[in-house]
Amino acid sequence: MWKWLHPYANPEVAYHFTNKVLPWLSALAAIFLSIGLVWALVFAPADYQQGHSFRIFYVHVPAASLSMGIYFAMAIAAFSSLVWQLKLADASAAAMAPVGAAFTAIALITGAAWGKPMWGTWWIWDARLTSELILLFLYLGVIALHNAFEDKNLAGKAAGILTLVGVVNIPIIKYSVDWWNTLHQGSTVSKLGKPSMSLDMLWPFIFSFIGFSLLVGVIICLRFRNEILARNSIRPWVRNLVQEHTTK
Amino acid sequence: MNPRRKKRLAVVASVLIGIGAVAGLVLYALSQNIDLFFTPSEITQGKKETGLKPSIGQRIRIGGLVVPGSVSRDPDSLKVSFKLSDMTMPIVFKDSDIMITVYYDGILPDLFREGQGIVANGRLAEHAPTGLSIEASEVLAKHDENYMPAELAEAAGKKHEKTTYSDKQLESKKSTGY
Repeated sequence: MWKWLHPYANPEVAYHFTNKVLPWLSALAAIFLSIGLVWALVFAPADYQQGHSFRIFYVHVPAASLSMGIYFAMAIAAFSSLVWQLKLADASAAAMAPVGAAFTAIALITGAAWGKPMWGTWWIWDARLTSELILLFLYLGVIALHNAFEDKNLAGKAAGILTLVGVVNIPIIKYSVDWWNTLHQGSTVSKLGKPSMSLDMLWPFIFSFIGFSLLVGVIICLRFRNEILARNSIRPWVRNLVQEHTTK
Repeated sequence: MNPRRKKRLAVVASVLIGIGAVAGLVLYALSQNIDLFFTPSEITQGKKETGLKPSIGQRIRIGGLVVPGSVSRDPDSLKVSFKLSDMTMPIVFKDSDIMITVYYDGILPDLFREGQGIVANGRLAEHAPTGLSIEASEVLAKHDENYMPAELAEAAGKKHEKTTYSDKQLESKKSTGY
């Protein structure tokens, strides 16, 4: 497996690989997102208690679980960068951080918009909401550290340590609703066994969840490509690439 | 793996395990304080592990299910009182359940109904007819993780109606200066 993965640790190979993957990922993301969101926001039945406010679920839940998923991926990148000193792992972590921060913010904002009519408050300091807010601060810290140093290796190391320290927050967010009593409800979809919603509500969720995940993949690929170019701007292959583009 | 990488792996892994252990111990120590609310039985009997019990006059949050038939509303104002019992699965209400009465003067959230989970924020007090009660300044609805289309809910005999208010009731709130 290592032999098969090894060539991708080369920036040039990784750059061309993302170039090849991007159109496919973008097309799939567009298909899944448009099916999922139209189904979810127009055709899915409204909840008997919440009415149409329930549809925020289709954006809130994917955003929240992706905010944790991206952080976990970033932690794996930070780990391999610290242990094996892969420069590309740093680049990918730097590419992921702002995307994760954006999705955390989306989860918090949509949650507040739902909370006001349903709970009766925008915000409450319960375990789930507070730990998700801490996740946003962790992302902001990681972004700040990536930009705080001239030397990208040093920046990657500092941000990587913060990322790994912050990874304890992920299980806390996930299980906060089980470990403590909170105003936030327990999980609907990822429950073992039967999810707590009917199938005509669940299917649009599955589509929009896959759609949002693919969208995250597309944005991270775009950012990763830019990171690679920026970090290797003095290499001959990047110069050749720029020349090809400018002469065209 | 070469020895330098092995060493770095050991350092990173031990730091991770250390942080995990510290976080686990801190959360365990704080677990009672991280809970958002007391349940009715915790107010009367204290928390299960520590026996921690709120005292009269203390500001606390209470969380529980609205006991069916216990909601009484004043026809001329927004004053409302209802009883809360512990959240248990499956949901059944018995007369022997521990109940705490909540007094509130304000507009209830849309999701409020009998049998719904509620979190109320207020002062613990001793009222003559009902015993321990909460004088709430804020009532929040707790939604559970179940979502249901209206047709299915109807088939299961569930219905939800928002609490409605007459003009007279709403006027009373304005005149008291809230």
